[in-house]
Amino acid sequence: MSAAQDMRLSGVAKRYGETTAVEDIDLDIPAGSYVVLLGPSGSGKTTLLSILGGFTVPSEGRVLLGDADVTDVPPAKRLTVTVFQDYALFPHLSVGDNVGFGLSVRRMPKQKTARRVNEALTLVGLPGMAGRRVHELSGGQKQRVALARAIALDPAVLLLDEPLGALDLHLRRQMQDELRSLQRTTAKSFVHVTHDQEEAMALADLIVIMKDGRIEDVGPPDRVYRSPRTRFAATFMGESTILDGRVVACNGGEARIETAQGPLTVVTDLPAGAGVAIAIRPEKLLLRAAKAGETGLGEATVRVVTFQGSFARVTLEGNDGLAALAKVAPEAAPRPGDRVALTAAAADLMLIADDSRRAETKGDAGR
Amino acid sequence: MTGGKGFARLIAVVAALAAFYVFIYLPVAVLVLFSFHAGTVPVPPFEGPTLEWYAEVLGNGRVTDGIFNSILVGALSSLLAAGLGFLAAYGMARHSPPGSTVIQAAIMMPLTMSYLVIGLGLLILFSSLGFGKSLWLVGIGHVVINLPLCFAIIVSQLGGHQAALERAARDLGASEFQVIARVTVPLIWPALFAAFCLAFTFSWDEFVIAFLLTSFDVTLPVVIWSMLRTGLNPETNAAGTLVFLVSLAVAVAFELAISRRKGTSP
Amino acid sequence: MMTPASAETRARRADLRRGYGFVAPALVWTAAFFALPIAITAVWSLFTRSGRTRDTSLSLANYERFFATPGFLSALVNSLEVAAIVTVVSVLLAYPLAWLIAFRVPARWQRLALILAILPFWTSYIVRSYAWLLVLAPNGVVNQALMATGLVAEPVSIAYSRTATVIGFVHFFTMLAALTIYASLVQINPRLLQAAGDLGASAVQTFWRVTLPLSASGVAVGAFLTFLITIGDYITPQILGGNTDVVLPQLILFQITRRGDIPFAAAMSLVLMVVISVVYILAARRLRMRT
Repeated sequence: MSAAQDMRLSGVAKRYGETTAVEDIDLDIPAGSYVVLLGPSGSGKTTLLSILGGFTVPSEGRVLLGDADVTDVPPAKRLTVTVFQDYALFPHLSVGDNVGFGLSVRRMPKQKTARRVNEALTLVGLPGMAGRRVHELSGGQKQRVALARAIALDPAVLLLDEPLGALDLHLRRQMQDELRSLQRTTAKSFVHVTHDQEEAMALADLIVIMKDGRIEDVGPPDRVYRSPRTRFAATFMGESTILDGRVVACNGGEARIETAQGPLTVVTDLPAGAGVAIAIRPEKLLLRAAKAGETGLGEATVRVVTFQGSFARVTLEGNDGLAALAKVAPEAAPRPGDRVALTAAAADLMLIADDSRRAETKGDAGR
Repeated sequence: MTGGKGFARLIAVVAALAAFYVFIYLPVAVLVLFSFHAGTVPVPPFEGPTLEWYAEVLGNGRVTDGIFNSILVGALSSLLAAGLGFLAAYGMARHSPPGSTVIQAAIMMPLTMSYLVIGLGLLILFSSLGFGKSLWLVGIGHVVINLPLCFAIIVSQLGGHQAALERAARDLGASEFQVIARVTVPLIWPALFAAFCLAFTFSWDEFVIAFLLTSFDVTLPVVIWSMLRTGLNPETNAAGTLVFLVSLAVAVAFELAISRRKGTSP
Repeated sequence: MMTPASAETRARRADLRRGYGFVAPALVWTAAFFALPIAITAVWSLFTRSGRTRDTSLSLANYERFFATPGFLSALVNSLEVAAIVTVVSVLLAYPLAWLIAFRVPARWQRLALILAILPFWTSYIVRSYAWLLVLAPNGVVNQALMATGLVAEPVSIAYSRTATVIGFVHFFTMLAALTIYASLVQINPRLLQAAGDLGASAVQTFWRVTLPLSASGVAVGAFLTFLITIGDYITPQILGGNTDVVLPQLILFQITRRGDIPFAAAMSLVLMVVISVVYILAARRLRMRT
């Protein structure tokens, strides 16, 4: 069909009567990149995929594929192919006929189709399975056939709707690796929808975090993890302890911030008076008194300690009702009821610049 | 509960069921039994058995013509009813046009109407248009009465599961026609077959419309109707038994289509 | 905010065109061969027959004649009475049958018991009525059995009467209603019946207060179908009832085939249609309220 092409959503919104499924969507999907749309259910990620695939025509905005406007080009005529959540394999056709379906409706000669089918099946690790019936396949094999069926068409962009959701954990991790290498080998753009943040981090070149129909954050996984743009991104993409505060003084790009847990300093040029949020990853929250170069965050009472193998997960209640979370070595875990000090290195205080609570108090002007 | 009381209850249940089944099967049993009756009037005491009445029926040109005409009208009208019903059901289920409740009500309307009213209406319509009575008109009438049935059966089988597969087919580049021919029809084929079978048995059995809209070439129920004028006659029993067997065969095919559908659907 | 022909609007319109395109053939067929004939029937009912031709000036003469002639009007009354009796008797017979199959027949035999109960459904409608004639005739099975046991000395005349008509109808509709009632009975969660018993209800109380209300929809659907089909049927009354207590469909066919008075037949068939429609609308409203 085609080489990978850039895909772009510009100013896209979709409304159903009074309800808004997605809005204000601007997104670039560079050719050959693995993009993961991550968000809770109802965040609009599936609607977005459906708009990319042509199943849903947006109420506003444009969808571009390469240089062409494909906003209302139907799925059949679009260079995208979707791998559906339940695979949508045709139960009345053999594996080979499933994989060859797209070629056969385009009236490709039988021999050529058969060759392409075999290539695609080999690519997904199922060589020689063309004669099987769909109902004879295991869940993982069905997933691979669905992938082969999409790849056989040589699309510009492959869209995957929660492709691993129906698989058990072990198989899911294995398929992640295979998806990633498949994307590398084919050099196509993959757009993958999931609510599993580990899956997202394992696969993505670019993570798109969505909430309530809007994009909260877009970036490479390490950037999104290390400095999330929004409070939601900080809690959904891995867990965080979030402190609310206010800038009291700012000079030379360093701001002093007052929080209920004590004063702290972060690098920012926000003006005095601005409300901010500070997020700390659980593995960066230390349960001891501060040393030089570290920031003390007051005391907290240990509530629950759960052992999770290589670490213990500790939930605590700090000053002013702060809900804190720490991951510590199992042998160093405190007991419920203990009073401990909370500390974090200055470098591990993540300032959430585009804090949603701040945006709400200011109205939508902050966006 | 004592064993004696339980036993008495069991007897009561069996007796009650037996009474129902006797009532339900009495006419059929009498019909079939006396089709083998050697006398000329099918009343007790039974004499025979003999197959002479079957020979008589199958040698009766009017009966065999009637059977042929009934099969012809039944097959063609049921095919058309199932086809139109399928298209309408597909349009409703997949494109859900506004006003679909009104459309659905309009398609289902003939279901509640007396065949006599429908038959008389068609008689008046075609005679004012100058058409002579013929089997074609009967076929048209049978499509009218069977279309709602076929529509209802098929629309109930066009679920979300097939919709997802159709969407996948469209995504892979299939045109609307290819989607229907390669995905929808193969998937709901048992429902289509069941609709066809049911429509066929209704057409096969329909009398009033066929009676009003035919004159020389008639369907089997009209032939049997004219046989009734001779009063009680073992030949009529034989014809009736044959009709029962054909309906039964189609009904079994229908039942198998339904149960196979249940067996294979995920 | 949205331009008149945005991509979204265009896509929706295309989808609409497709939807109507698929539905159109069935709608056109129903309009041409169901709605149009009935409309023409309505027009013809305003004509009158004069000798061998028709007087096409519009009048209500046919309706006046129908409602003013006791012989004609009594056919309508007969139709309503027969349909009502058949509906009540069929449901009264079908309910215990369905209940026995649903609650007293072991689960693995239920399907067989049900199929057996409706198998004769597939005999031809005409043949079934004829078969009852065999059974009920003066020298038929029933009379010979009665006389053999000495219960009666003379043959009882059942055939060619309203009783025969009702028996023929009841036979058919007991099967039909048993099917709809059984379908609603098997959907009752057995735990509800256990719960009622647990709360102290006797078996009889449980039946009246739980089982019967929960199966009311099956009864309603069965009764509804029975009434509608019975009131419009010609065959059973003609074969089994003969010329006593004629019903409306018999009268209509008589006017068509013997008198050739199509306008009058049209008027009577419109009366029949109105009765059916009224019953349909009333029943549909009740059924919708219940669900």
